[in-house]
Amino acid sequence: MAQTLLQVEDLHTQFFTSRGVVRAVDGVTFHVDAGETLGVVGESGCGKTITALSILRLVPDPGRITSGRILFRGKDVTKMTDEEIRDFRGNDVAMIFQDPMTSLNPVTKVGMQIEEAMTAHERFTEKVARPRVIELLKRVRVPAAESRVKDYPHQFSGGMRQRAMIAMGLSNEPDLLIADEPTTALDVTVQAQIIQLMKQLNRELNTAMMLITHNMALVASLCQRIIVMYAGRIVEEGPVEQIFRSPQHPYTWSLLRSVPRVDEARKDRLVSIKGMPPDLSHPPPGCKFHPRCPFVIDKCKVDPEPQLEEVGVDQVARCWVLMRNVKEESTEVAKQSALSKEAAEKLKAPVGELGAGEVGAGEVGRGAGG
Amino acid sequence: MLVRVSGVYKHFPVGGFGGLAVRAVDGVDLEIRRGETLGLVGESGCGKSTLARLITGLLPVTAGSIVFDGQDVTRIRGARLRRVRRRMQMIFQDPFASLDPRMTVGDILQEPLDNFSIGTLRERRKRVQELLRLVGLNPNFTNRYPHEFSGGQRQRIGIARALSVNPSFIVCDEPVSALDVSIQAQIINLLQDLQREFQLTYLFIAHDLAVVRHLSDRIAVMYLGKVVETADRNDIYDKPQHPYTKALLSSIPVPDPMVEKGRAPITLKGEIPSPVNPPSGCRFHPRCPIARVPGVCSEVEPPLEPHGAVDQVAACHFAGQF
Repeated sequence: MAQTLLQVEDLHTQFFTSRGVVRAVDGVTFHVDAGETLGVVGESGCGKTITALSILRLVPDPGRITSGRILFRGKDVTKMTDEEIRDFRGNDVAMIFQDPMTSLNPVTKVGMQIEEAMTAHERFTEKVARPRVIELLKRVRVPAAESRVKDYPHQFSGGMRQRAMIAMGLSNEPDLLIADEPTTALDVTVQAQIIQLMKQLNRELNTAMMLITHNMALVASLCQRIIVMYAGRIVEEGPVEQIFRSPQHPYTWSLLRSVPRVDEARKDRLVSIKGMPPDLSHPPPGCKFHPRCPFVIDKCKVDPEPQLEEVGVDQVARCWVLMRNVKEESTEVAKQSALSKEAAEKLKAPVGELGAGEVGAGEVGRGAGG
Repeated sequence: MLVRVSGVYKHFPVGGFGGLAVRAVDGVDLEIRRGETLGLVGESGCGKSTLARLITGLLPVTAGSIVFDGQDVTRIRGARLRRVRRRMQMIFQDPFASLDPRMTVGDILQEPLDNFSIGTLRERRKRVQELLRLVGLNPNFTNRYPHEFSGGQRQRIGIARALSVNPSFIVCDEPVSALDVSIQAQIINLLQDLQREFQLTYLFIAHDLAVVRHLSDRIAVMYLGKVVETADRNDIYDKPQHPYTKALLSSIPVPDPMVEKGRAPITLKGEIPSPVNPPSGCRFHPRCPIARVPGVCSEVEPPLEPHGAVDQVAACHFAGQF
């Protein structure tokens, strides 16, 4: 049995805005085992990043952790003193962000920044830290690491910057690395390099990873376990193979079928989830997903909302219906065209001819360019 | 054949006295057939967006010709050019930057109709409402401003604008990459429905190969200003002939953990070189897993020739030999 590294219990993080209280994270419970890779997926605004920031106690104003516990090796992060939390960040848990350009200091040399991350924690003296920087950059496959340490971030390419960020994250040998959309800003070939690197580091250093992403394919290639979040809650959780093979929550099911697969020859319509995620200051009653759910029943529309229930081995889902009770035919409904035939017919009527010379030549192309 | 791009170059001078230039598009030949969707893929900086802007005439070419339905758009001027232009429209990547924040949605959609003097004012107003209805928005939203809409809704407005003048050809430049996954599917489905309904021809540009494969009939792969391979959507996936295509395809993770376990992506060395000074011979040779260097790959530029399946062309000395 793997040892539990991080245990988040009933976490609530709320933002107190002039428009009301936004429940960004609304009662989230999960754990990360030592050496494990956990994927957290969901759309923007579902609370996945705020959950990560809560773990590091970096929630920006006007947000606050209002209740819940975050236990790291049994010690509650929410109760740590400022000094303890400084030691905890970077030393125990490190985070890498989506955009490596905005998270690196543009006026400090890359090597210096990595060195700073080490000496700040007083785990390494300057003398030890300097050669270690080069070693770390080599480990994350930055070519010519000896000379690149003296470069500034703008001299690095996007992929290289993300490598430098990972090197910095690993510099104090944390037990948990939180990666928030680490490859979203990168090209596919570079993304593949970064994924390979993260897999390798996980294997070699046994660093646990929490990968936050909206990219299902990334989770499939990197993670062992997966958490699906919607409107500040966990709606489904389980081992990655099981979730992909038999998702039970309609949201998970829709997410999986809304992305085209590069290895699929058929040109089927994609499942599109109608509408948009709810406004978290005024969430809908009942199941938070019900206004967008293709399999909604009356029970879903009223409180109390469904709880996370066991639906398989190590798999839990928050749904009254569950996909295994949904008939094959009715899943087709989610794929139907919503195009207004009437509007299309009207628009097909020939439009008036071009008024010759009416418009000056200077205006050419404005219609196209907007 | 609707669009034929032949020997098109676009060089952007970078200043200085050396006569250096970013060779964004460096000798591209491409055909787009009537009613099809041609997918154009490649890493950032490979010149795919520049090519799109050349085809729609938003940028002048340095050399070469672009023939749209029998007329060379790089040569014609004035009213004739305007008539051609009305038939080609563009949908942009960033729905936040491509809509004027100070114009109402009604004005945005009506502007192309005004520009081309289509119908009476009444007819234009009516048409704007039909357009909104068509793309799944409330037709009474004409007085709203772009900021009042979400990213997906804005992209719908961008699509409606492109459709307003009844074009036959639409260039979609990364139309879904700025959107959330569930919204991406909505827009992809909408684009497909519209194509069927209005017999549109699409040039679909994206770096997401899964989306491109889903939408396209044929796919062209660009690398450093050149097309390196073109083929049917399934052929290019089943038997890619160019090693770059193969690497590109293998680097895309599949949303299926069982499949992922058996896959080993070909990770390319390094990154895309500078288009100011592209490598000699085959431009891909410094990153190529099968290149013979020194040798033919670093000396001779391979031409785009038939390899593999019917209708498949690739620019590689050792096409298919990996």
